[in-house]
Amino acid sequence: MTCKEFLALLDDLIDGTVAAETRAELESHLSRCGHCEVIFNTTRKTIEIYRSHEIYDLPAGLRDRLHAAIMARCKRNCS
Amino acid sequence: MAIIQPIAGELEPHPDVALVERVRAGDVAAYDALVRKYERQIFRISQHITQNREDAEDVVQDAFLKAYEKLDQFQGNSKFYTWLVRIAVNESLMRLRKRRTGKMVSIDEDITTDEGSVPRDLADWAPDPEQNYGQAELAEILRKTIQGLPQGFRIVFVLRDVEGLSTEETAETLGLSIPAVKSRLLRARLQLRERLSRYFHRKKGSRHAKPREAAPRETNPDGIGGSEK
Repeated sequence: MTCKEFLALLDDLIDGTVAAETRAELESHLSRCGHCEVIFNTTRKTIEIYRSHEIYDLPAGLRDRLHAAIMARCKRNCS
Repeated sequence: MAIIQPIAGELEPHPDVALVERVRAGDVAAYDALVRKYERQIFRISQHITQNREDAEDVVQDAFLKAYEKLDQFQGNSKFYTWLVRIAVNESLMRLRKRRTGKMVSIDEDITTDEGSVPRDLADWAPDPEQNYGQAELAEILRKTIQGLPQGFRIVFVLRDVEGLSTEETAETLGLSIPAVKSRLLRARLQLRERLSRYFHRKKGSRHAKPREAAPRETNPDGIGGSEK
């Protein structure tokens, strides 16, 4: 397996959507290729960091205000 | 953060189904529950697309109102959340169009076709690299980094990896083919990884890995937070 072939299946490996046989080939490539090992580990970490950190938080005050505005108009439309 | 849910083989109805039925029967309190459940996610998605706080606030309001008004059109073939996200994405793109009058705005903009290049000169990251930054500093790094992605990559990454939609749901929401979603997701992940490397790379002899101190350059080092053009 070449690095290019590995990269084409990187997402499937990260997402756990590869068949057992393909996974074994990918893991075999990983054990021999330091470059792809770094790409695999740091790409997985990238996703994990974005998943676990709230970068656009909705502050409680704003949340309440938006919520009240939405519900007020929904109720008006309802009546 | 949203948890990825399996879309196949779900035997029990999604809890939103009962809430939607109650709203249809005139129970506004049930809609209140749906708004509370999803307003944070819808705000995040809108902020990622519009990159403007006021616009994102407007989108949250407009998307929930539109969903309420159009609830009769919701078929139940997809999840309520996915349907709501589609409305919010469209509202966000409309906001962008208003801001950039005369310019086309679509999820296809800034997409190039440099398929399949293998990154080289890779620097490994420090273990738990985010520990080297304070919460606010880290959030700023993550914001700047993702803002620098082309729009069409950013939306796919946000829906798929941050908000936990499946590939199929992301494709349906954005009106893209599944191969297009997969291709964009891979490139989004790789570009983000490369951009974050400037902050997170392992630095010899130091626990800290700050980019200002002679960060190693990787392939295609365009500016963090720079223009999409």
